[in-house]
Formats: sequence, structure tokens, C-alpha cells
Amino acid sequence: MATMQQLGNNLYTGKTSFPFVGRRRLWFIIAAILVIGSALVPLFRPIQLSIEFTGGSQFTVSGLSSPDQSLASGAVQSVVPSATARVTTVGDSAVRVQTDQVSPDESQQIVAALADAYQVPTAEVTSSFIGPTWGADVTRQSLWGLAIFLALTFLILALYFRTWKMSVAAIIGLVDVLIITVGVYALAGFEISPAAVIGFLTILSYSLYDTTVVFDKVRENTREDGEISGRTFGESVNLAANQTLIRSINTTVVAVLPVGAILFIGALLLNARTLSDISLSIFVGTIVAAYSTLFVAVPLYALLRQGEPGVKERDARVLKARQRAVVAA
Amino acid sequence: MATSTPVRHAWRALIGLLAITAVLFGINALGVYVFQKSSWTPELALDLQGGTQIILAAQTEDGAAPSQEQLDQAVTIIRQRVDASGVGEADVASEGGQNVVVQIPGEADEETRQRIESTAQLQLRAVLYTGQPANTFVGEDGNSTPYPTPDPSLPSTPTASPTNGSDPAWITPALQAQFLAYDCADPQNDPANAPADQPLITCDSTGSEKYILGPVELDGTSITDATNGLDQQNGGWVVNLKFDAQGTETFGQISQRLYGAQPPLNQFAFVLDGSVLSAPRMNGVILDGNPSISGSFTQESSKALADQLKYGALPLSFTVVSSDTVSATLGSQQLQIGLIAGLIGLALVAIYALFQYRLLGFVIIASLAVMAVLTYVILCILAWRMGFRLSLAGVAGLIVTIGFTADSFIVYFERIRDELRDGKTITGAVEDGWSRAKRTIYISKSINILAAVVLYILADATVKGFAFTLGLTTAIDILIFILFTHPVMQLLARTRFFGSGHPLSGMDPEALGAVYRGRAQFRSPAERASGRAARSRGEAARRQTIAERKQAELAAQKGGGDTLTAVKEDED
Repeated sequence: MATMQQLGNNLYTGKTSFPFVGRRRLWFIIAAILVIGSALVPLFRPIQLSIEFTGGSQFTVSGLSSPDQSLASGAVQSVVPSATARVTTVGDSAVRVQTDQVSPDESQQIVAALADAYQVPTAEVTSSFIGPTWGADVTRQSLWGLAIFLALTFLILALYFRTWKMSVAAIIGLVDVLIITVGVYALAGFEISPAAVIGFLTILSYSLYDTTVVFDKVRENTREDGEISGRTFGESVNLAANQTLIRSINTTVVAVLPVGAILFIGALLLNARTLSDISLSIFVGTIVAAYSTLFVAVPLYALLRQGEPGVKERDARVLKARQRAVVAA
Repeated sequence: MATSTPVRHAWRALIGLLAITAVLFGINALGVYVFQKSSWTPELALDLQGGTQIILAAQTEDGAAPSQEQLDQAVTIIRQRVDASGVGEADVASEGGQNVVVQIPGEADEETRQRIESTAQLQLRAVLYTGQPANTFVGEDGNSTPYPTPDPSLPSTPTASPTNGSDPAWITPALQAQFLAYDCADPQNDPANAPADQPLITCDSTGSEKYILGPVELDGTSITDATNGLDQQNGGWVVNLKFDAQGTETFGQISQRLYGAQPPLNQFAFVLDGSVLSAPRMNGVILDGNPSISGSFTQESSKALADQLKYGALPLSFTVVSSDTVSATLGSQQLQIGLIAGLIGLALVAIYALFQYRLLGFVIIASLAVMAVLTYVILCILAWRMGFRLSLAGVAGLIVTIGFTADSFIVYFERIRDELRDGKTITGAVEDGWSRAKRTIYISKSINILAAVVLYILADATVKGFAFTLGLTTAIDILIFILFTHPVMQLLARTRFFGSGHPLSGMDPEALGAVYRGRAQFRSPAERASGRAARSRGEAARRQTIAERKQAELAAQKGGGDTLTAVKEDED
């Protein structure tokens, strides 16, 4: 792929350069629109929580040649007349039935009734019952995990990069990723299930990883350029982002390919709800993470450092030297 | 050349990796052939092999959250119940300081569910009769014959009204016949919920002794404490009990009645969930409410009994938080989908790697292959040593990490290319690229591991499986990066094909825009940077922004300075 390699060369030398830092106002406006848009998604498309969070009973009948939804409601009501069943077709060989909580006893009878209605062995009918507290417990624990993880990450990055500003930029980038990913996920009409939550948590880890790789290059450039660099601080940061751009592209492609395979196959052959929920959130999150590192975290870092006296002084010196060179020419 | 330091290092690393792999396979082989506990396939979690998972919340009588000890006790109690119901290979574990997770292969029937959910009850009953657990007798013909099912016409009401808990009048002919035919191992026999005011036929927890017990005379709540300790006078381990005031009084009366009675009427049974924990003889009249049980205890067995008495005494009840049944077909189908997706994903990554990095892509593919082998054997060992089971979320974790893992190679290769762009020789670029890439990899991968550890510690079972595989593969990734990818690169850099920067090698300095000066000769970076006060600046300073390049071009027009754009000066 000569063009990619050529692009790599040009990005490396600075011949081609994307203004991640230079046009940051534009990127921040775009990011703000995306974040606000994602936050508004629930207004017109309420976030669906799976029964793991709301509590209830769920039955899945698999191995059907033609899933007919109407049979399911009848089967459920033959056992619990007052129950309303939400029936959805999963793939082309399964039916999922969700009801309010029913007693274990009734649950067994519904399994039998469903097996009877669809004329499949009871082994093909799976059932789950989830108490309403389970989801709350898991959510609370996940939030604790999130808080602790963020605090530790903040600390480690601040220690490693010797500046808390990188931690701040990385974590704001992360929050950006999380909001947009959840927004896109909700927009796709997927339920938020425990598998999706796992996906979001993975995205946290991946997003920070991605940002760290780019920031390590930023650290290297800004430090090594030192006093006598011919670049302003912002230019150094921008060069680093450009120099790692091919890495970012390749990483995203390579990370997205297997996830895309799960998503596609999970969606095509379906029934594997866990797989499609996990993969959709990771698929979206990986792409958003790459975007956010370059267009949010990197320019934000440059912005945060801009006001520092040392940086200001250096920038002024560089610009002055450049001025002189032009005049001399 | 062949014995230069990097080459020796490379071989040493590869041999080290080979040794680690051999050791891991050796450990698992030991598990498979010597201990016969391990296997060559990783264990699958319930959602992949089909089965039932019930999550129970343990609750104490006063509604307070159970302590970890009580939770451990709850696990023991439930494990005994599940085992007693004849379900094999059940997995019972506590989780999150509050819940007990029961995983049963196959579908759990209603009886098993009810048995699992019922409240733990410790009862104290007098022993009326004991016997061998056999439910067959050897007849005159010399054959073993099962005792017949008791005839329903046998009288089942005592002839004389029993006066106390040890009165043999409790044993009616019907009870006698039931006792003889009683099979300790039959899950149909469930003494846990037997009425408290009636005699009970049951066995001890190991099934080595069969009992007829009197009605309940005290229950567990009257025991305030149970500890194990050494008997000062006779030596040996004993279990010391403490009764509350009411218990002390009742127990005092019982001990007066039992002491000196004919065996087995002098025995007193502690019954947990209908199974006899211990049935010691009464060796004296105990009026202070502090009896101790002695016998052939070890430190461990006395501790176990004390715990059972202490925590079994507090009635733990269990409420079902969630219950999930997955059919075996659905499970295997999902595993299949996961594996197909994984293979396709892997193939796509391989194709992309070859496309981007030409033959270097094979290094990525080989690294992923080594990773797969190591991960596989480690999962087998973990299944054996830690009971680790691969769930669907875990499989997803493994597939996702294919991409995340390949990133470390991408970072490394891009660094090597950067070094080549600076005009370094290929061997030099491999070394310098490594020393730069590894810092990046270490810090960024530690963030990943940190995330996995935090998730693992805090999250519930579903997330745990995922976090575990994520953390594990990240750790293996770093190992392979150090012990495989880099050494292989060091060795490849010395081959003709890669070392000369063949166009297909993915390390072609020309295509990478290096300043080139004749066959296999590059200008040293210092040479190129001469004329500028840049020698000490490090490589980053040699890269230019557009503005800087223009500036340099201006300078070149004036006095013929050195330009740093990617220009091939000499083509050979």
C-alpha cells in the first residue's frame, strides 16, 4: 500500500499535516455537538434497559423453522392470564418473550406451555428470572469500579507524564467517548444489557490506552524539542498526533475487524445477544476512541498547556525567530 | 555477526519463551495424566455448555447483611443441599459479599430449587435408634435383598403416648419398617423440612450411619457460640458450645435424662438441614450450658463442626435474586458463532497486516499464533487450579483482544519505520524502535491491566470472566512482545531479505523516504543534521513542520543548506 506508506512518510516529516491543534475550535464545536446530540438521544428514543436491570422473566424459544410471535402471548396467558408478554423475534429461528416477574412455579409452566405451543422439546426453551435488585447492584458496583479506575488512571498518567494536564485531557476525552458511544448504541435501538455494560467498560480501557499511546509521542516530541526547537508547543503536539496517525488508523482498523466480525455474525446468525451487545458497543467505542484522542484529547492538552509561562515564552521565541528568518529571506 | 550481542539476546529470549511454553504444557500434562483433574480443553461456563444459574441472596434472621463467615457457611450449606439432590458437578460460590451463585449443569427441577432456597435450620434431637446405612439384608438364601417398601397398613401411631424426646414409644412398626428401607443416598428422601414435633429418620452427612431421632427439643437459636479448642485434661481437639439461658435450662434437663441411659438413647444429635452433623454421647449432667463435644477430632474437623454449629445456628434464609436457564443447544450454538467470528476476525487482521506491513505481517500473525497457544494452555491450567470457566463474555474478550494485541506490534513497527525514515540502518532501526516503542507499550498496557484488575475485583460474575480474559491476554501480550516479536525482529533484521530492505519486506527504506546513498548504505543522522546546531537535539527535532521546511528551503536557496524533505538522492 504505497499511498498509505507515502502518507506515513509525509505525516512523519510534516509535509502533510492535519491541523488537530490548529483548528481546535472547530473540533471542539463538533465534539460539543456530538456530545449534546448523544445526550439528547434518550429524549426521542428512550434508552431501553434489559430485564437484567428492570427485573422480570424472559423466555427464549430457539430452533424454530418459522417463528410466529402470536403463539407466545397465548402460551404465556394460558398460565398467567393477567400477564402481558412482549414478544420479539430473534434472528430467524428464535422468539424471545419477556414478561413481568412470575413465580418460579409459573415460570416452569410457561416453559412447558411455550414448548407445547411451538412444538419443540422443553430443552429448546430457556428461561431467566431476574429480581429487580440485581441490576441496581450491578450498576452500583460498575459505577464504583468506574470511579476507582478513573482515580487510579489519573494518578498513574500524572506520574508517568509528569503533568496532570495530560490526565485531565485523557479523561475528558474518555468521558466524551463514553457519552457518544452510549448515544450511538441507544440510537441503534439496542437494549442496554449487562453485555453492553461490559462493552462500555472495555471502551474505557481501550480509549485510555489509545490516548496514552498518542500522548507518549506527544511527550517525546515536546520534551526532545526542548529549548531550541523551531516549533511552537502547539505545533509539536500536532506533529506528534500526525506522526502517530498511521498507527491510530491501523490500530483502529485492526481492533475493529474482529469486533466487526462478531457483530456481523452475531447479528446474522443471531440468538447470541451477548455477542452482539458487546460487539456493537465496542465497535462504536473503538472508532469514537480514535476520533476522540485526536480531535478532543490532543487539542485539549495543547489548550491546557498554552497558558503556562514556559510554553508562552518558548512560543514567543519560536515565532520571533521565524519572523526574523522570513525577513532575512 | 552471528554472535553479536543483540543476536545472542534474541536467541536467549526465544529459548526463554520456549521454556515457558514447555513448562506450561508440562504443568497441564501433569494435571491431565498424573492428577487426572485437568484436561486439554478449557472448561466452559454455564452459558456455553447449557445449564442453570441461580443467584441467591443470603439473609440473616434480623435482616442484616451476612458476614463473610456466614456467607461461607451458606455456601457450604447450599453445596451440601445440591450434592444431596443428586446433581453432579454443581458449582457453588459466594460473590460480592452478599450473594451465593449456584451453577448446575442441565436444568434444575423444582425440587432442587426449593431445596436450595429453603432456610438453614439447626435442630437438636435425641437419638432413638442407630443402625448401618444399608437398606438391604442378607436373607437365608445368602443373597442381598432390599427391605420392602413399608406396608401402609402398619400402625404408625405410638401405642403409648411418648413422655419425652427419648421415649422408645416413638418407634412405631411403620417407622421401624421405614427405617430399614431408608436409603441415605436417595434424593427423594428429604429430611430437611420434616415436621419438628415428629421423629425423624435420617443419616449423617457422609451417609455412614442411619438414625431414628426424636422430635426437636432445642433449635439452633439457643446456641450462642461454638468454638474449637484443645481439651486441657485429656488432650485432643474438642468443640465447646455455649447455650443461652433458655437453652441451658432445657439442655440441663435433657442431659439429666440422657446421662446413663442405654446406648443409643444416651446420644444427642445436632441436625443441620436434616442431616446429622454429630451425635455425641452424654457423658455427664451438664447444667451450666457449656457442653463440649469430644471425639476423634483433628484441629480442622473440630473447627469445621464448630463453624457449622455456630453459623448453622443462625437461621440463614435465601431469596432468589436471579435464575437463568440456558439450553445446551443454545450454548453450543453461541460458542460456535463466537469461534467462527473469532476466526474470521483473525483472518481479516492477518490480511490487513500483510497488506500494511508486507512480509512483516507474518511476524504479527506468528505472534498472534504464539499468543493463542499460550492463552489456550493457560486457560486449561486455570480451569484446573482455579476453576476458571470460559463464558461467552470471556470468548468475546478473547476475540476483542486479537485487535488490541495486534496494536503493540503496530506501535513497534511504526516506530521502526520512523527510525528508517530518519535514515538509520535496519538493524539500528529495530533496536532504537524497540527502545522507544517499549516505553509506550508498557505504560499503555498497564492502563489496560489496571482496568482489568479493577473490573475483576469490583464487578459481578458476568463482568469478571471478561475482565479476567482481558487482563490475562494483555499480560501474555507483553510477554510475547518482549520474548517473541522483538527477538524475531532482531534476527530478521540480519537476514538478507529484510536487512537489505527488500520492497516486499515492509522495511524498504526507499519507500519509507529515507535518505539513501547507494546500496545498503545510509547517511548517518548526524551527517544529515550537520550544518545545523542539531546534533544534540534528538531525533524529534529533525522532523519539520511545514513552516520549518519552508524556512529551510529558503535557506537552501540562499546558501545550499541541507534539506530534510523525503527525497531520494541516489537510486541504485
